[in-house]
Amino acid sequence: MQNVISIENLSKKYVIGHQRQEGHSSLRDQLANGIKRTAAKLLHPQQVKLSTPEREEFWALKDVSFDIQQGDKVGIIGRNGAGKSTLLKILSRITEPTSGRVSIQGRVASLLEVGTGFHPELTGRENIYLNGAILGMSKADIKNKFDEIVAFAEVEKFLDTPVKRYSSGMYVRLAFAVAAHLEPEILIVDEVLAVGDAQFQKKCLGKMEDVGTEGRTVLFVSHNMASIQKLCSSGILLSDGVVRETGSIEKVIECYLNDSTSTGHVSVGELPRAHHDYGVIARFINAWPVNNKGERTTSFMSGEDISFDLEIKALKKIDGLSIVAGLDTYMDYRITTVLSEETGMLFSSDKDAVISINMSLPGLHLKPGTYSLTLGIRHNKLALDHVVKAINFEISEISIDHKNRDSWAMGDVLTESVWQLS
Amino acid sequence: MTQIQIIEAGRAERHYWRDLWRYRELFFFLAWRDILVRYKQTAFGVLWAVLRPLLTMLVFTLVFGKLAKLPAGNVPYPILVFAALLPWQFFSSALTEAGNSLIANANMISKVYFPRLVIPTSAVIVSFVDFLISFTILVGLMVWYGRLPDWHILTLPLFVVMAFAAAMGAGLWMAALNVKYRDIRFVIPFVVQIGLYVSPVGFSSAIVPEQWRLLYALNPMVGVIDGFRWAIVSGDTPLYLPGFLLSLVLVLVILITGIIFFRKTERSFADVI
Repeated sequence: MQNVISIENLSKKYVIGHQRQEGHSSLRDQLANGIKRTAAKLLHPQQVKLSTPEREEFWALKDVSFDIQQGDKVGIIGRNGAGKSTLLKILSRITEPTSGRVSIQGRVASLLEVGTGFHPELTGRENIYLNGAILGMSKADIKNKFDEIVAFAEVEKFLDTPVKRYSSGMYVRLAFAVAAHLEPEILIVDEVLAVGDAQFQKKCLGKMEDVGTEGRTVLFVSHNMASIQKLCSSGILLSDGVVRETGSIEKVIECYLNDSTSTGHVSVGELPRAHHDYGVIARFINAWPVNNKGERTTSFMSGEDISFDLEIKALKKIDGLSIVAGLDTYMDYRITTVLSEETGMLFSSDKDAVISINMSLPGLHLKPGTYSLTLGIRHNKLALDHVVKAINFEISEISIDHKNRDSWAMGDVLTESVWQLS
Repeated sequence: MTQIQIIEAGRAERHYWRDLWRYRELFFFLAWRDILVRYKQTAFGVLWAVLRPLLTMLVFTLVFGKLAKLPAGNVPYPILVFAALLPWQFFSSALTEAGNSLIANANMISKVYFPRLVIPTSAVIVSFVDFLISFTILVGLMVWYGRLPDWHILTLPLFVVMAFAAAMGAGLWMAALNVKYRDIRFVIPFVVQIGLYVSPVGFSSAIVPEQWRLLYALNPMVGVIDGFRWAIVSGDTPLYLPGFLLSLVLVLVILITGIIFFRKTERSFADVI
């Protein structure tokens, strides 16, 4: 077998600007700064980047090396921010590596997002042509595949309706259908199956399996361990931009699940707030998801109880603080919102003291996927702090209780059900 | 036989121009999308492409021709104005559309690979389609005033190409700069607004004193517009040759540096946008 993709010492650096420091400068200052920088950049294109002290470097990928052979179906696993998307972007030539080398043999098609370039005002038919062209298909190719695409997407009746009137399910189906008919030699797919209904997810996975059996190479990123395990034969675990483990998919998933019990999160206190008033009087400084053994983790089995450790610091002595927490899915769908004052819990704080709170959500059993918690502090209905997506955590479906259930892919919540004849 | 593709830092894409060719259909798909979308849910539709220059021409004829009584030689003032309005409106709308095109398609840039040159170019093509549509008004005007063109009109394609090059060059500069410096969003309308008055759109450049003509031609649109007029009114307006050549050289410089600058910054678009 020959290597179709070989990656040697691939690194990618991002330069993060600290915009918060510039936040208070006037528009005039920014314009002057902008022009100065533009001029400097035109004169000395290389020097400018080095000489701006308020910028910080961040390595999204560091010395990544591996080979992929023809026909391999490789799952790429890692926590959010581990570098998966950066890796895929480099392989799809959207962004350039900072150093290192990749050699790819064969036509690559990448699907980093469903429906890129879809225009809501255009009809389904128009969007098929447009999207196909954006993904690199020729008009003749699209014409040949047109009927197949429409049949796969099950949108025959709505071909001449603008896609803005489509249901989200139809939209996703159409978008995936176009991409699925690219027939590349190497297919790169980012977490796109997180959207769409379960039946269609199954269909997409089936299509991707077909792609795999035709001797094509597939690179697949997902948080859904079941799909990865089903589709892929080998895996790569990325963590903080470094390859942590490679090998059979079972081994890599196991390593990922064990590895993720050691938390690696950004402190909630550091996260930017949407409004400069937030976090001044009282502020979240830390938050962790906690499993039923009391361990702080970001990865849970489905069916496991989830709770959260929260730390709040107040600038002055204050009574009657209420905590709000909202739980969202990966697709920003709100599952539930809980308010401490509704349960009769109000918190008090001394000046500069840290309050530690544990909030648990017993009986809430989520389906596999990635979820985020948005946190807020309220005082007499007034928002003192509000952190959107303060923490993320993942539910993996590999749990003893639920392994053999067919229903796991449908909906967001697992619940007990009792059935009887009446 | 499949070719091997190498991805490396700073590697000049050897296949760039071949890729551009491979994606040639995308130019037209994107232009087609923008044209389709532009006139969806409008009552007058494509009529807008005709109405805007027509009304501008009427106002300019009234203000510059009737009120200010600027000279037009023996050319009907509406034709004088319209012959200049065609390239100017093409240039200004192409500059605006191309300048904002990368930002408007940011999502595509961060999710799919294709030669980025496609995006601003197709924006210019969209403006070019409008240009062709409003050209029919000119034909109508010429028939109305009984001004049939002579051999001069044969040079018109040359000036159309020049207008295209000017719009492309300036559009690429603005588009590439706009990715990093959103200030450009404010600069473009300003350039377009001022440009209308410093270019000989509402008046003939014959009213510019002889000794300032060369300096005036530092505005490359002066050469483009004078050329258009000259070709359309059969040489009844002057074409000041040194000035025209200076404009031509400037257009070429803007186009070539525009392409170079765009290609150079293109690699980091996805990271910056």
